[in-house]
Amino acid sequence: MTESTYRIQGATGEWEVVIGLEVHAQVTSKAKLFSGAATAFGAEPNTQVSLVDAAMPGMLPVPNRECIRQAVRTGMAINAQINKWSRFDRKNYFYADLPQGYQISQLYHPIVGEGEIEINLDEKNPDAETKVIGIERIHVEQDAGKLMHDQHPTRSYVDLNRSGVALMEIVSKPDMRSPAEAGAYLSKLRTILRYVGSCDGNMDQGSMRADVNVSVRKPGAEFGTRTETKNVNSVRFVMAVVEYEASRQVDVLEAGGKVVQETRLYDPDKNETRSMRSKEDAHDYRYFPDPDLLPLELDDAFLEECRQSLPELPDAKRLRYEKDLGLSAYNAAVLTAEADTARWFEALLAEGARVQKKSEGEVAKASANWLLSELYGALNRLGKTLDDSPVTPEDGAELLALIADGTISGTIAKQVFEIMLETGGKPGAIVEEKGLRQTSDTGAIEAVVAEVLARNADKVEQYKGGKDALFGFFVGQTMKAMQGKANPQVVNELLKKALG
Amino acid sequence: MSDLTDLTVAEIRDGFRAGDFSARDVAEAFNANVAAAKALNTFIVETPEKALAAADAADRAKAAGEALKPLAGVPIGMKDLFCTQGVQTTAASHMLEGFTPTYESTVSAKLWDAGAGMLGKLNLDQFAMGSSNETSYFGNVISPWKRKGGDNAALAPGGSSGGSSAAIAARLCPAATGTDTGGSIRQPAAFTGISGIKPTYGRCSRWGIVAFASSLDQAGPMARTVRDNAIMLENMAGFDPRDSTSLDLEVPKWEAGLSSDLRGKKVGIPKEYRPDGLNAEIAALWDRGIEWLKDAGAEVVEVSLPHTKYALPTYYIIAPAEASSNLARYDGVRYGQRDLPDGAGLQDMYAATRAMGFGPEVKRRIMIGTYVLSAGFYDAYYTQAQKVRALIARDFEQAFEKCDLLLTPTAPSASFALGEKQADPLAMYLNDVFTVPASLAGLPAMAVPGGLDGQGLPLGLQIIGKALDEQTVLNAGLAIEERAGFAARPEKWW
Amino acid sequence: MSIDLQTVKKIASLSRISVTDAEAEAMVPELNNILGWVEQLGEVDVTGVQPMTAVIPNHQRLRDDAVTDGNVRDKVLANAPQAEHGFFAVPKVIE
Repeated sequence: MTESTYRIQGATGEWEVVIGLEVHAQVTSKAKLFSGAATAFGAEPNTQVSLVDAAMPGMLPVPNRECIRQAVRTGMAINAQINKWSRFDRKNYFYADLPQGYQISQLYHPIVGEGEIEINLDEKNPDAETKVIGIERIHVEQDAGKLMHDQHPTRSYVDLNRSGVALMEIVSKPDMRSPAEAGAYLSKLRTILRYVGSCDGNMDQGSMRADVNVSVRKPGAEFGTRTETKNVNSVRFVMAVVEYEASRQVDVLEAGGKVVQETRLYDPDKNETRSMRSKEDAHDYRYFPDPDLLPLELDDAFLEECRQSLPELPDAKRLRYEKDLGLSAYNAAVLTAEADTARWFEALLAEGARVQKKSEGEVAKASANWLLSELYGALNRLGKTLDDSPVTPEDGAELLALIADGTISGTIAKQVFEIMLETGGKPGAIVEEKGLRQTSDTGAIEAVVAEVLARNADKVEQYKGGKDALFGFFVGQTMKAMQGKANPQVVNELLKKALG
Repeated sequence: MSDLTDLTVAEIRDGFRAGDFSARDVAEAFNANVAAAKALNTFIVETPEKALAAADAADRAKAAGEALKPLAGVPIGMKDLFCTQGVQTTAASHMLEGFTPTYESTVSAKLWDAGAGMLGKLNLDQFAMGSSNETSYFGNVISPWKRKGGDNAALAPGGSSGGSSAAIAARLCPAATGTDTGGSIRQPAAFTGISGIKPTYGRCSRWGIVAFASSLDQAGPMARTVRDNAIMLENMAGFDPRDSTSLDLEVPKWEAGLSSDLRGKKVGIPKEYRPDGLNAEIAALWDRGIEWLKDAGAEVVEVSLPHTKYALPTYYIIAPAEASSNLARYDGVRYGQRDLPDGAGLQDMYAATRAMGFGPEVKRRIMIGTYVLSAGFYDAYYTQAQKVRALIARDFEQAFEKCDLLLTPTAPSASFALGEKQADPLAMYLNDVFTVPASLAGLPAMAVPGGLDGQGLPLGLQIIGKALDEQTVLNAGLAIEERAGFAARPEKWW
Repeated sequence: MSIDLQTVKKIASLSRISVTDAEAEAMVPELNNILGWVEQLGEVDVTGVQPMTAVIPNHQRLRDDAVTDGNVRDKVLANAPQAEHGFFAVPKVIE
């Protein structure tokens, strides 16, 4: 735990920024929270709408078990209190994207209570200090529909496809003190959600968005008045909002003004926030328990299933990679930062251990290094990700096994890998087909070594005169003459012997 | 053969099966009565073709020797609060004028599946808010009853199911659906000399019924006899996975279980239902009712429901609060009427649409509900009301430790003249003083006619039962029905 | 608690019901009358009483996560006062 030293330098001295995030995360589910309509992204307008979602007279909500389950699992993943008794409330306001005239949400009795998330203050440096950010609560609620303003000169169009999709609102405590902390928190939260599988975390599709609460104060003073910037949809923007709002508020306060508690919108093009006056009179939401629904009571069997189905979480996984697999802190951090990466790595590891008949720990380092340097390098070059990688974990494990058992050298492995990327072929088959199997035949190598030394008598003289660095030159020449297929270890040994 | 429209549901069902008449004969007879009763204004939409279609299907099934559905041959009226596919559903509001649902409410679908035919959509108080059927956008329903002695005042059929009550009393339909939020089945039944039962909350699905107050709304039947109510209720009730508050229980065979032998049953008489100034004729009828139940073998005990006086104010916080939210969906965007003044923005459109589409009583309740839920008042009003509601429910639980059912009057007065109480909302609300407590506790409760008052107007008795014990309620109703021998009917003037 | 004209107008606005001044004024005594009457609940001792949550004891059932509905755009839009290109249309909203 550490105190942030992020400060805004104002005319009257230093200011501290206080940040809390309310993150709306779309729950991964096939159907909506209270209706059987689909949740898929990008459908034709108003096709994924049931009569319940359109709030037709007499339509009633029935909750989707999976949405409840995912919220509970998410709560468990952040060590939060799970409330076995919770309830849905109605939040009443009028807007064209809100067919019922109220949003079904949870105010008084949320399903998940207090929890916490540990963030790393410098993602690039796994040894950097960590900080624990408190989570106030997670509740489940309905998403609203969508209004389109640019299709008609005098009308807005309403699409209810998103209306009723389940969201988790994850409310942090005002524990963050810098843009970096806010960014790290949001990244970490997204990582956890993806691990748990409760949200796909795709911020560009709106599956995850943050309301950013920002206030400033003189260090150690009482909390200042906060503003809430709505629907910020990337980690970078969240950090930008904090930076912009903090300095705006400092300017306001130092000019003798007061910060107005209000809702604001972020404009990424101008990198600024502006007041959202249109929602100003909607503050009296008249929350009350939804009389169409009964209290949600979760039994022990349900909770147990939620717990059992949780995967290993990123922090635990990172520690295990370091301690049990012997990976460097940096590699462990990078490999666990995304659930997909860890999943790929673990498949590679499992297959590697299987084909090499070794423990995972024995193949871990080589696997990690290959994934992070060779594979990542290639994917970057090709503009691809692990998702659409032309090489599967099985292929990767086979390639690594060929290196490990001396069938090919590291150099040849690079060639084989390039061919795999191009053709999608299997490494073993490529080695056979192209005759890339390395040779440890001492007789053949001895002959080449003799030839190389004979051809470079002057350099042999220099070497013997103390120029040790030339050894590498002889290795290179030998390997080149053998088209890279000589076992480098054998080459080394024979060269040393020949050079006396 | 007597007039087919004088037959009960059971008589129509059995007579049709026995071949005494065809289903078409019955449907045509009721269609004719409906067509001739415009003066009562009981129907918002008449659907004679639907009644005939169901009748023809029943006749065909019978001719083909197929198994007959439980309500084959029986035409009924449908309160216009139930969404009916392809048939305008308005909740008696201007707001929903022209709204044609693309779906069928669970309860109405069950009735059609049981073979019943629809005579039409029955008038009601707007959004079921009212006790006299004077808040309908489509005009007042006129009770078929008149005071004796030449007083020609148009009388209230009760509300909110006033179209249902008037239509049954006037022999426009043998039975109808009603909904009851604070007495909307029982009070109109009492005003018109018929029977009606509000089952336990959760027995009938609320899916597809235009919502008034979700925690109180409950559908139920209205008919002239207790047996008919049992038959109807059996075909309306049942678990519906689409309604979270629906009870996942088998539907009892209430009709088969009917018995007016009440030996071994204890009837509780709640002393708080006899306030100072209780109408003497009603008090006298209540006493007669007690004697009838004793005669049927029941033991009578006095019980106390100490929070009774708070039931009505509790109701007038909870019901408007829920209504203010339930009616927020009427905004002119997806269905119903829209008022878009020149240059109006979205929020202006809402305000104009709702000002135009809602009647004064609906606006009044929305405003009360909005106020009691608003910031700073929620706990003082709404939370307090839900606590008192819990106390009211506890009163009943404690009373039911001493008895099996309760007998009370249904309403504090007989029917009154239209217009008489309209100026004073509070006086109107007091109509529900005896019916609201059972609604707040979700208990089954039934109104049965007991006799006429001095002006020749019907008075009803109310039986309140334990949760899920509709059978005892129906049985006590039957015992009263047999002993009261209520045979009065309005003289036809329309 | 007694409400005044301004409060009535505020409630009307929260309720999205436009009222004229005359209507609002007429509502002041009417609503005060009703609210004054319901306020008698304040005298009930509710110490230790939990607000009612379910009228009849019942458990909230949960649905399976399956797509069983939707794809009924015609039905959804059938009663719309104004529908265009598969959308509901409303007066232009400026956000």
